[in-house]
Amino acid sequence: MAYFDHAATTPMRLSAIRAMTVQLARLGNPSSLHASGRRARRTVEESRESLAHALGARPSEIVFTAGGTEADNLAVKGIYWSRVAADPARRRILVSPVEHHAVLDPVLWLESAEGAVVEWLDVDADGRVQPDTLRAAIERDPASVALVTVMWANNEVGTVEPIAELVEIAHEFGIPFHSDAVQAVGQIPVDFSATGLDAMTVTGHKLGGPGNCGALVLGRGITPVPVLHGGGQERDVRSGTLDTAAIAALAVAAEESVREQAQYARRVGALRDELVRRIMAAVPDAQLNGDRRLDPAYRLPGNAHFSFPGCEGDSLLLLLDARGIECSTGSACSAGVAQPSHVLLAMGADSARARGSLRFSLGHTTTEAEVAELGEAILPVVTRARSAGSVAARR
Amino acid sequence: MSDHMLPPANGRLRVLAAMSGGVDSAVAAARAVEAGHDVVGVHLALSAKPATLREGARGCCTIEDSRDARRAADMIGIPFYVWDMAERFREDVMDDFVAEYKAGRTPNPCLRCNEKIKFAALLDKALGLGFDAVCTGHYAQIVEHPDGSRELHRSIDMGKDQSYVLGVLDTDQLAHAMFPLGGDTKGDVRLEAERRDLAVAKKPDSHDICFIADGDTQGFLAKHLGTERGDIVDATGTKLGEHDGAYAYTIGQRKGLRIGRPAADGKPRYVLDISPVHNTVTVGPVEALDVDRLVGIRPRWCGPAPVGEVTCTAQVRAHGEETPAIAEAVGDEVRVRLAEPIRGIARGQAVVLYDGTRVIGSATIDGTA
Repeated sequence: MAYFDHAATTPMRLSAIRAMTVQLARLGNPSSLHASGRRARRTVEESRESLAHALGARPSEIVFTAGGTEADNLAVKGIYWSRVAADPARRRILVSPVEHHAVLDPVLWLESAEGAVVEWLDVDADGRVQPDTLRAAIERDPASVALVTVMWANNEVGTVEPIAELVEIAHEFGIPFHSDAVQAVGQIPVDFSATGLDAMTVTGHKLGGPGNCGALVLGRGITPVPVLHGGGQERDVRSGTLDTAAIAALAVAAEESVREQAQYARRVGALRDELVRRIMAAVPDAQLNGDRRLDPAYRLPGNAHFSFPGCEGDSLLLLLDARGIECSTGSACSAGVAQPSHVLLAMGADSARARGSLRFSLGHTTTEAEVAELGEAILPVVTRARSAGSVAARR
Repeated sequence: MSDHMLPPANGRLRVLAAMSGGVDSAVAAARAVEAGHDVVGVHLALSAKPATLREGARGCCTIEDSRDARRAADMIGIPFYVWDMAERFREDVMDDFVAEYKAGRTPNPCLRCNEKIKFAALLDKALGLGFDAVCTGHYAQIVEHPDGSRELHRSIDMGKDQSYVLGVLDTDQLAHAMFPLGGDTKGDVRLEAERRDLAVAKKPDSHDICFIADGDTQGFLAKHLGTERGDIVDATGTKLGEHDGAYAYTIGQRKGLRIGRPAADGKPRYVLDISPVHNTVTVGPVEALDVDRLVGIRPRWCGPAPVGEVTCTAQVRAHGEETPAIAEAVGDEVRVRLAEPIRGIARGQAVVLYDGTRVIGSATIDGTA
């Protein structure tokens, strides 16, 4: 078996499993005042400190959530609501069209339900927002911008956005900036304070932690309106009993992945480069989507994303799956139906190219043997998928 | 003859099981696995915007159906994918459905879907991907002769028999089809689904037209064709009333004609003919609905085309009776003489011809007398 879907979820690190199972056996709600509660609280706070350290943030800036989607919703909706409450003229949301659905859909919901005005920050052919694009969009009317949200690195094509530059521009105008860094942490250097971000989303299961546990890193001056109301456990911004075991595992996984990041980027980057080389050699007309500079400054080290002309992505996926090679069409699903990727479409690809694409994402367990296995399989699979594609088109 | 479900001597087949989310296709897939084949399940997404939840028992392309199909595949233990065929379905089935009504004909979209989607678009893709056959939960039987030639036969469950909607399959399509349920009754299939712990065991049957979720065909047509006022006339051309669109009428329809004046003989009147060119609906007495000759076009033969006049039976509706007949293929036409008249046949319906339980083939009715 070869697993090339680490961007969907990556195996939990043994250290995280250990931390989690130790806590699962222990009693205590971190909000309780007795000894068991205090012990759980201590675990949560130590985890908070550890996670903050890994992300270049202060402990008080960590708001634990049930994963990336919740953190994105809290950032986008919460900041929008609080900015509009302070000044009703702030209706504009500046957002890149290559965001994950966890950002896109809250933005679109704010547009349809709350009267937000959405402005798309055009991306180039690599899926990157140019700083001038943001500046021009803000300068059209700075006072009307509620927030800017641009992901740190793209989940489909791996393009790294120029976050520090973009944040600097937004801050010239005093506009808060959120970035979904779910795909970036542990892959490339991520430092919350150094970029000056106001809010940043991270999640556990992309870096070897548990699913359903993440955090919104929230600058101390930022007070989003809550999405979830209740006990107010996290700074009165997020309610819900804290999951001590998952939080402990998240912190351990984040600490380890960030500590190993440079070494990881070298090792996995080299495997990725080898995979790209093998695929291009086997299928010379395959198109590498995203930034062709295979350098962590521009592209996530674990990401390879190709379009295979004449193929349907779902055919390729089925054929690879049958050979025990797991990857993704990198696209959104409704009723399990593959839609052409909005990311590729925003990058200027036509629908056929978007439909005929596959994402191979490598991770901390990826081996040379897996890369070789995919390198061997890709030509027969593409050849077979092409015959299926052309047969279907003939009738 | 050999049982087609037994794996061939040269090894097991790679089978693509079309899974609607209903009980029949789930059991069919399970049986294909048990017969030793290498099975992959596929649910066809046929609606561009699937409804969140099923409305009533209808439909075959809601999110709920997709999930039911996935759960059945999990239980059976086969890989499962959803394939988007919404565009092909819209072009080949829905647009055709609307165009046929507009032309004054009454199509059966299920036949069309079998001919153009399940055993064309889906089968072609499956064959291209290296599969040998497409398996469905239709109640019909394939009989294979030692020389490899195949025949399509009715299900042993005549109440559930679906050979009519498969009468459009040609020999090439039949060669790659697998219908594991044709030898059993619906009741047995449901019991088997329960034994297999399939959650869909008690799911109601789908019926009507899957892309018209509320069952309101007239409303669907009105939305796509608009309204166009025209005359309701009798056989002599005398105007008796008005209508809002000829497509809204079906041959043999009696109710809802909105004719003020009673007929001279006092007998009820029925829709005899629909003319989209003149946008008129012709009505008349019930006897005028009786038809004993049919002309079919677009013949599709499930085996060798018949030579000369053949004695057979003819069926003109999915759940209709069969009528003894003599049929002859003449060029691209099929002429059918019925031993006794059938009442209320519309152009666009399919006539399926049988030799005993064997499907000879089908044609689209283009004229009656």
